[in-house]
Amino acid sequence: MSGKTLYDKLWEDHVVYTEDDGSSLIYIDRHLVHEVTSPQAFEGLRLAGRKPWRQSRNLAVADHNVPTTDRDQGIADPVSRLQVDTLDQNCAEFGITEFDMGDVRQGIVHVVGPEQGATLPGMTVVCGDSHTSTHGASGALAFGIGTSEVEHVLATQCLMQKKAKNMLINVNGQTGPGVTAKDIVLAIIGKIGTAGGTGYTIEFAGSAIRSLSMEGRMTVCNMAIEAGARAGLIAVDEVTIDYYRDRPYSPKGEDWFMAERLWQRLHSDADAVFDKVIEVDATAIKPQVTWGTSPELVVAVDQHIPDPALETDPVKQKSMLRALDYMDLKAGQAITDIWLDKVFIGSCTNSRIEDLRAAAAIAKGRKVAANIKQALVVPGSGLIKSQAEAEGLDKIFIEAGFEWRDPGCSMCLAMNADRLEPGERCASTSNRNFEGRQGYGGRTHLVSPAMAAAAAVAGHFVDISTWEGQ
Amino acid sequence: MKAFTKVTALVAPLDRANVDTDAIIPKQFLKSIRRAGFGPYLFDEWRYLDHGEPDMDCSDRPLNPDFVLNKPEYQGAEILLTRENFGCGSSREHAPWALEDYGFRAIIAPSFADIFYNNCFKNGLLPIALPADVVDSLFKELTEGYQLTIDLALQKITTPSGREIGFDVDENRKYRLLNGLDDIGLTLQHADEIKAYEAARAKRAPWLFAD
Repeated sequence: MSGKTLYDKLWEDHVVYTEDDGSSLIYIDRHLVHEVTSPQAFEGLRLAGRKPWRQSRNLAVADHNVPTTDRDQGIADPVSRLQVDTLDQNCAEFGITEFDMGDVRQGIVHVVGPEQGATLPGMTVVCGDSHTSTHGASGALAFGIGTSEVEHVLATQCLMQKKAKNMLINVNGQTGPGVTAKDIVLAIIGKIGTAGGTGYTIEFAGSAIRSLSMEGRMTVCNMAIEAGARAGLIAVDEVTIDYYRDRPYSPKGEDWFMAERLWQRLHSDADAVFDKVIEVDATAIKPQVTWGTSPELVVAVDQHIPDPALETDPVKQKSMLRALDYMDLKAGQAITDIWLDKVFIGSCTNSRIEDLRAAAAIAKGRKVAANIKQALVVPGSGLIKSQAEAEGLDKIFIEAGFEWRDPGCSMCLAMNADRLEPGERCASTSNRNFEGRQGYGGRTHLVSPAMAAAAAVAGHFVDISTWEGQ
Repeated sequence: MKAFTKVTALVAPLDRANVDTDAIIPKQFLKSIRRAGFGPYLFDEWRYLDHGEPDMDCSDRPLNPDFVLNKPEYQGAEILLTRENFGCGSSREHAPWALEDYGFRAIIAPSFADIFYNNCFKNGLLPIALPADVVDSLFKELTEGYQLTIDLALQKITTPSGREIGFDVDENRKYRLLNGLDDIGLTLQHADEIKAYEAARAKRAPWLFAD
C-alpha cells in the first residue's frame, strides 16, 4: 500500500463519519468570521433558535469594510457601518471573540489567524472567504466556504464535504534576484490556468518552497484559489514550528511539546501517490506582471503582451481579446511600457512585515513618480503596522510619497473608500485582476510588493532584477 | 430551501469563460445583511450602462442592449448556458443568491469553480457540468425560444430535438436538492457522533479543547 499525502492525513484526522457516496462529515477546528459573509448565517441561527456548537472555536474580525484612515471617526458609509455593527452585535449575542476596529490585533482575517496562532498546523480551518487557503501554509487544511456553510459550522462545528484529489506542485531550484513568493505563484497560475487546480488540493513542495519564510508560504497558498484549488498546503518543517512558538493562541507548556511531536508528521510520505504532479523550474521564473482580467493572463516583466491571433482555442482567444479591450492594452506591447495611475501595497496576499520590508527597501531614498496619483501601503494588521513603525518603515514610505494607512482589505476589493476610478490603472500586490474588482472600470496588474514599489517610483513597470533605480 | 425536481425552461447563452463571482454580483452589493433582493443587481456591470449602488431602483437604470439577459428573446430564462470555470474567484454566496433571485434554476457549463458549485446546492440551484463539446453543441443549436428539460431524479437533460444528455451529481447532494432539505438539521441528527469525535480528538490534541 502506498503512503499518504499530507492532504490524506489531514482529511482522515478530521472525519466524523462517511456517507455511502463518499461524502464525509468533517470536523472544523477553527472558524474565522468576518462581517461580509456572516450576517445571514447568524440570522439563520436566530430564526432556527440554534446556538454555536463551540463558541471558542470561532474568531471574528471586521476587515472588508473598515476605513484605513481616521478610524476614530468611525465608518462614514452607513451601509458599511451597519455591516460592521451587525458583526459586533452578533459576536456579543452569540459569545464569539471579536477583535473590533479599535483593537491593535484587528486586521485582515487571513493575516490575523496565523499571527495570533489561532490557526495552527494540523487544523481544519474555514472562513466565508476564498482566501482561507492562506492558512494551508502551516500544514493546516484550510478552505473558503459560502454563507450557508458558515451557518452550518457555527451550528455543528462540522461540514459535509467530498474529498478532493491530490495535486503536487514541485518548485525546485534557486530563484533569481527580485523573484518572490508572489512571482512563484503567479508563474504557477500562468502555467496551469485558473481552473488548473479545480477539484484538487494542491501541495506546494520543492526546494524553492522550502526556502520561503512562513510569510512567503502564505502568499503562495493564498493564491491556490486563483489556480482553482480550494486548499493549498505546505508541509510542516522547522520554519513552521519556529513561527508558531509563543503565539498568543499557540499551545503552551506540555501541550506545546505534544503539538510539536504531532506536527512533525504533517508531510506527505515519500511513497505517497498524487493524482497529478507538476514540476516547475524556479530558476526560470522572472518577476511576473498580469496583463489581463484573469490571474492566468500573466507574463514576465521583460516580455510583451501576447497576441490573441496566435491563440488556437477560440474560447481563450475571445477571453484575451476581451481582456485587452477592458485593460486598454495592445498585443505586442512591452510590459515595461505600461504606465500607471495608482499603486496598492496590501491585501491578504502581500501585507505582512516581510512584504512591507521588501517594498520599503525599494522606496528608501526615492520618490513616487509624478504620474502616480496615489500610492497606498496598507498593513495586514495593527500589530504589523506597529512593528513596521518600530522599524521605521512608515517614515521611509511617507518620505517617498506613499500613504501609510490602517489595516484592512482596502483596495484589494474596494468595499471601503479605497478604490480605483473608472479607467485608472493600478499596480497591485493583491490577488485578483477581475473587471471592476478594485473599483468600477478600474484596471489591475498583479505584482509582488517590490515590483509595486518600483513601479510607483518609475511610474511604469520596471524589471527589478536589473533596475538600478532613479 | 426550494427543492429541484424537474424543470422545463428557456435557456439564455452567456458565451464567456471564467465568469467570476465579482462579475456575477459586484462587491458593493455584498454590504447587505439580507439574503434576498440580489436579483436586480445580477451581472450589474455588464447589464447596466451606469454604475450600480446598493438599494438603487433598477427600473429606470440604462440597460446595456448588447448584454444577453437584456435581449427580449431571453426574458424569463431559467437555465443559463455558459463556458468553463463559471463562478471562479470569491466565495460569496451572494452569487448563487443573485442568480436564484433573478429566476435561474440551473446552470450548464463545462466546469465550475469548486466553492461556487458547492454554494449552488445550498440554494436550490442546480449546476450541471457537461463535456466542453456537448456544451458547445448546445450553444450551436440554441435558437430563439430554445428550451431544455432538466430532470434531476433521472439525471437527464432533454433537448428540443429529443436528444437526451446524462449528467453526474453526487448522491448526497442530489437527495438534499430533490427534497429541499435543511443541511444543519440533517447533521444535527449525528450530534452524538460529533461529540464522540470531539472526545477522541481531545486526547490526541488537548490544546484544541482547553476551553
